[in-house]
Amino acid sequence: MTQTPHISVQHLNVHIGNQHILKDITINIPDKKVISIIGPSGCGKTTLLKSFNRLLDNTPEVKITGKVLVDNEDIYDANAEVTHIRKKMGLLSQRPFPLPMSIYDNVAYGPRIHGIRKKSELDQLVEEQLKATGLWNEVKDRLNASATRLSIGQQQRLCLARGLAVGPEIILGDESTSALDPVSTSIIEDLFISLKEKYTIVLVTHILRQARRVSDYIIFVYMGKIIEFGPTEELLLNPKEELTKEYVKGYIS
Amino acid sequence: MRKRKFEELFFRMLMILATIIVTGSFFLIVGTIFYKGLPFMNLDMITKTPGGGFYIGKEGGVLNAIIGSFYVAGGATILGLLISTPVAIFINIYIDGKKFLSNTLRMVFDVLFGIPSIVYGAFGFLIMIYFGIRASLLGGVIAVTLLVIPILVRTLDEVIRTVPNELRDASLSLGATRWEMAKVVLRQIRPGIFTAVLLSFGRAIGDVASVLFTAGFSDNVPTSLHEPAATLPLAIFFQLGSPVEEVQGRGYASALILTIIVLVITVLSEILIKKFSKHKI
Repeated sequence: MTQTPHISVQHLNVHIGNQHILKDITINIPDKKVISIIGPSGCGKTTLLKSFNRLLDNTPEVKITGKVLVDNEDIYDANAEVTHIRKKMGLLSQRPFPLPMSIYDNVAYGPRIHGIRKKSELDQLVEEQLKATGLWNEVKDRLNASATRLSIGQQQRLCLARGLAVGPEIILGDESTSALDPVSTSIIEDLFISLKEKYTIVLVTHILRQARRVSDYIIFVYMGKIIEFGPTEELLLNPKEELTKEYVKGYIS
Repeated sequence: MRKRKFEELFFRMLMILATIIVTGSFFLIVGTIFYKGLPFMNLDMITKTPGGGFYIGKEGGVLNAIIGSFYVAGGATILGLLISTPVAIFINIYIDGKKFLSNTLRMVFDVLFGIPSIVYGAFGFLIMIYFGIRASLLGGVIAVTLLVIPILVRTLDEVIRTVPNELRDASLSLGATRWEMAKVVLRQIRPGIFTAVLLSFGRAIGDVASVLFTAGFSDNVPTSLHEPAATLPLAIFFQLGSPVEEVQGRGYASALILTIIVLVITVLSEILIKKFSKHKI
């Protein structure tokens, strides 16, 4: 990795209550690549992902130490503007959670709260993002229908479009396909691959085949620690660490 | 094997019996009110204020009490909602990191919820004396607002807690502030807000004790906040207490009106809740 990292995590420790969830995480996430975080359930994958856009802040009894630099700016700095940091990252959660409003308003929501009011501008943004996620042809005649009327797969693409509409640099996916059928899953996966031209994409997944299909790099997390980080094929086929080997073979899960 | 079958049958019978008792008493209550009140029902009851001397009158109707009730219950619900919504949002969204504080607040509202309405009436009365307000529409609204706030806060709190965390995260990760996120939550719970309003209105329109000292009673429809106002439950109380049989009958007619109002509100709410649920996940 010769390029400058997009997200640089330095000695990050996260405690929730008296549990030590993330232990001294240090990692550089490269720009405009797809990176998968893999590891067994409860190992801290999601916590690591959420530490990138400060969604952990609202967790009761959370204590975070260390640094997370995004574009060389420490997001946990006391002077950092949280909304500004979060705007840089689109989050795609496990199940789609459309906002309780119409399809159009879902995509327009982000731009609106950031001050875009002009109808023509919003129209253009909505169309652009719905096209980027391949939804436009499916919904263009019913933009004012409720977002909850869409199928789960369509809802997930809508959530992606909603995230893209605020102009992020990074897309965070938290097991974003786990609630979807195989067809919707492969649509989302293809989207991730095509979107990496413009965005850095960090995905949490427990499906190794998915990690292999979409990602350039893989981070293997186990018991709150990063065990191994490397290019996809290398990590999956020739893991250096014993733990990674066992996980990839399916001995630990 | 026979024991299990017998058990199954026994408890099934028990459940059916209990259901019959509940539905039976519903029809019995409504039936009695209709049976006793219907002969005295006429258009005058709902279009005219009492005539024939003071509130025990045989003529006219209870328009003063119908309108008074709507004023008191409506005013208290609106005022209560304006106070309760910020409280519910604060407990759930602004202090969600500090469990001790939010749990203490919840407990306070649980205690308030359990306080009998006569205490709110008495408390409202003391406030009125302190500020030199006479028994009036304003006094009634204040006392009933105190009564409905715990109901509203508790109901809103319950519905806000049903909003999935991921929905909050979704708006936050778009760069929303907490208040902008709260607005999304409020949109999501719109049907719940509606339920809370109707619960509170239903309780407010039927409560006697809180308005007993505070709202006073009048044969006229109140034209300002400082005039005393009649309410339906109080009118029923006075009418049924009358020794004159015809006035008692009119009391049942008033009860019938109150029941119909509550029934209409309930049915209306069912329809509106469905309509508002359109965007809900």
